[in-house]
Amino acid sequence: MKSSYREALRAGIRDAMIRDERVFLMGEDVGAYGGSFAVSLGLLEEFGPDRIRDTPLSESGFVGAGIGAALGGMRPIVEIMTVNFSLLALDQIVNNAATLLHMSGGQFHVPLVIRMTTGAGRQLGAQHSHSLEGWYAHIPGLRILAPATLEDARGMLWTALQDPDPVLIFEHGSLYNVPGELADDAGPVDIDTAAIRRPGNDISLITYGGTLPAVLDAAEQLAADGIDAEVLDLRTLRPLDDAAIMASVTRTHRAVVVDEGWRSGSLSAEVSARITEQVFFDLDAPVGRVCSAEVPIPYAKHLELAALPSAARVVAAAKETVDAGG
Amino acid sequence: MTGTPGPGGGAVDAAQGRHLLLQMLRVRQLEEKCVELYSAAKIRGFLHVYIGEEAVAAGVLASLGPEDAVVATYREHGHALLRGVSAGAILAEMYGYVEGCCRGRGGSMHLFDAATRFFGGNAIVAGGLPLAVGLALADKMAGRSNVTACFFGEGAVAEGEFHESLNLAALWQLPVLFCCENNLYAMGTALARSESQTDIALKAAAYEIPAWAVDGMDVLAVQEGARRAVDAVRSGGGPHFLELRTYRFRAHSMFDPERYRAKDEVARWMERDPITLLRTALESAGQLSAAEWEQLQADAQAEIAAAVDFAEAGTPEPVEELTRFVYSERDTGDGAGPGTGTQPAGKETGAP
Repeated sequence: MKSSYREALRAGIRDAMIRDERVFLMGEDVGAYGGSFAVSLGLLEEFGPDRIRDTPLSESGFVGAGIGAALGGMRPIVEIMTVNFSLLALDQIVNNAATLLHMSGGQFHVPLVIRMTTGAGRQLGAQHSHSLEGWYAHIPGLRILAPATLEDARGMLWTALQDPDPVLIFEHGSLYNVPGELADDAGPVDIDTAAIRRPGNDISLITYGGTLPAVLDAAEQLAADGIDAEVLDLRTLRPLDDAAIMASVTRTHRAVVVDEGWRSGSLSAEVSARITEQVFFDLDAPVGRVCSAEVPIPYAKHLELAALPSAARVVAAAKETVDAGG
Repeated sequence: MTGTPGPGGGAVDAAQGRHLLLQMLRVRQLEEKCVELYSAAKIRGFLHVYIGEEAVAAGVLASLGPEDAVVATYREHGHALLRGVSAGAILAEMYGYVEGCCRGRGGSMHLFDAATRFFGGNAIVAGGLPLAVGLALADKMAGRSNVTACFFGEGAVAEGEFHESLNLAALWQLPVLFCCENNLYAMGTALARSESQTDIALKAAAYEIPAWAVDGMDVLAVQEGARRAVDAVRSGGGPHFLELRTYRFRAHSMFDPERYRAKDEVARWMERDPITLLRTALESAGQLSAAEWEQLQADAQAEIAAAVDFAEAGTPEPVEELTRFVYSERDTGDGAGPGTGTQPAGKETGAP
């Protein structure tokens, strides 16, 4: 059936609400407004205000309430409008959600799912455009997901809700309107493995989330130039699927990591380091990276575009890597 | 009722009075032992003792049932003990041993116990309030008539999470009892030096939450206030708020030189020691003989001595288990190590 990333997310929420009465959605403007990105549009009418629960602008309060509700036996889905606003809830996410199981010696699980928008590309300026999922991927105790396809948008939520530990789902803002076909029986998907979105033999382009479309575009351009690129979608940013990354790189012997986060101290740095730690002698060239320019994301369209990874920059980095290998 | 005037003028039931006296003695002796063990380097990290504030936990917790939930702070040894966590499991936790209530993963500031619905042990000031709101939300959505009691110090009222949580609880009419332990100092910062409005109950009232102040040195007054509040919360009256006016007799932690308050102020408050107040009231009412007082002290001492023996006999968790309990059930393959969380927590039994 015809669908979109947004509709696939909504179908996933709706499915979870129907399957499990402990599930409820809570966040700013998820109800009467229909969701700030219209993901939850129509759900208030279907499920009522108890389960599609509008909150005040109290990120720490309602994220913490989600943790408490999870401790109390519910299966909350907490929506934070954007990753930038999630910083107001960092205390609850990092000091409570991620630590309670450990601090309690294994007694208290936190089966909470937090969804939020991430990323740039919509001229929203420096307080609505950052990609901070790499920060969260630094934290033991959290599981970090980045659905890039309609299937993952539809299917990751249910699996995340079955996880006894806190799961954060990052939805790139540029993907909501992406159209596509979704199988009528599309359902839960695994949240452990990376996925090859385009098989290839010459170089591994490793990415996730909002940059997947640009990387797939770059791979097609590279094919026209006789370079057969493999595109690996990480899907889960913590824990990383090391086996899939290393299997791809040992096959292609070259890798470029594409990450909309800033380069310094980034997820791309982690992936690159793991490649050099684990399969250094399989490499024919240094690992390349395409990241955002180290600047708060600017408003002006040409500057914003210049700051972000693009297909052209991925193509250039891939060619440089291939050339470096001789 | 063989009622006689209590320290605050309320009626004392003899058996109930002696029970509360014993509860406060248990906390006092546990805390005095903690200080001693800290000086002997058996306990490390930060240690915050509750000496002087015992009436608050004793009075409030006596008003709760087993299905209710408790959220506390990093000064929570007494709350854990009176909620039903054994003194042995508490001390073993502070020793860092696997027999501790959190297997030594938490320490003094992070005592947790699922069996008694004791949700910590939260060392971020005001960080426990949103959790309490969520626990109460779960109870309300599931149609349970439980109450969540949330303890925090008056320092927490300066935090945003305090205001967010009170608003949410009131907006959604959640069954939370907010218990503000006002001991007048946020570490070393006096209330008047940190708050433009020092009448804390007024802050709760601004959120349409019924709130009143209670003499936190009078355990009978605390219990009476808590009983009223808990009854109201449980019967659907929405959140309630108690400001419990108390005082900590000891330093904030073992590292605190107490430069910020005068010795005579401490001495004045110590004249209102909650244990002495209740003991005197019971004695003057003829409800506590010298022999009974001796017996209560001996009972508490015996319990704590057995707990020390239990902790001393504890064992360190094997280092191979370091990365357990980061995730449940599955190995992350992310350096989290084998066997992550698939095992039961291994709650020890038989701790004194």
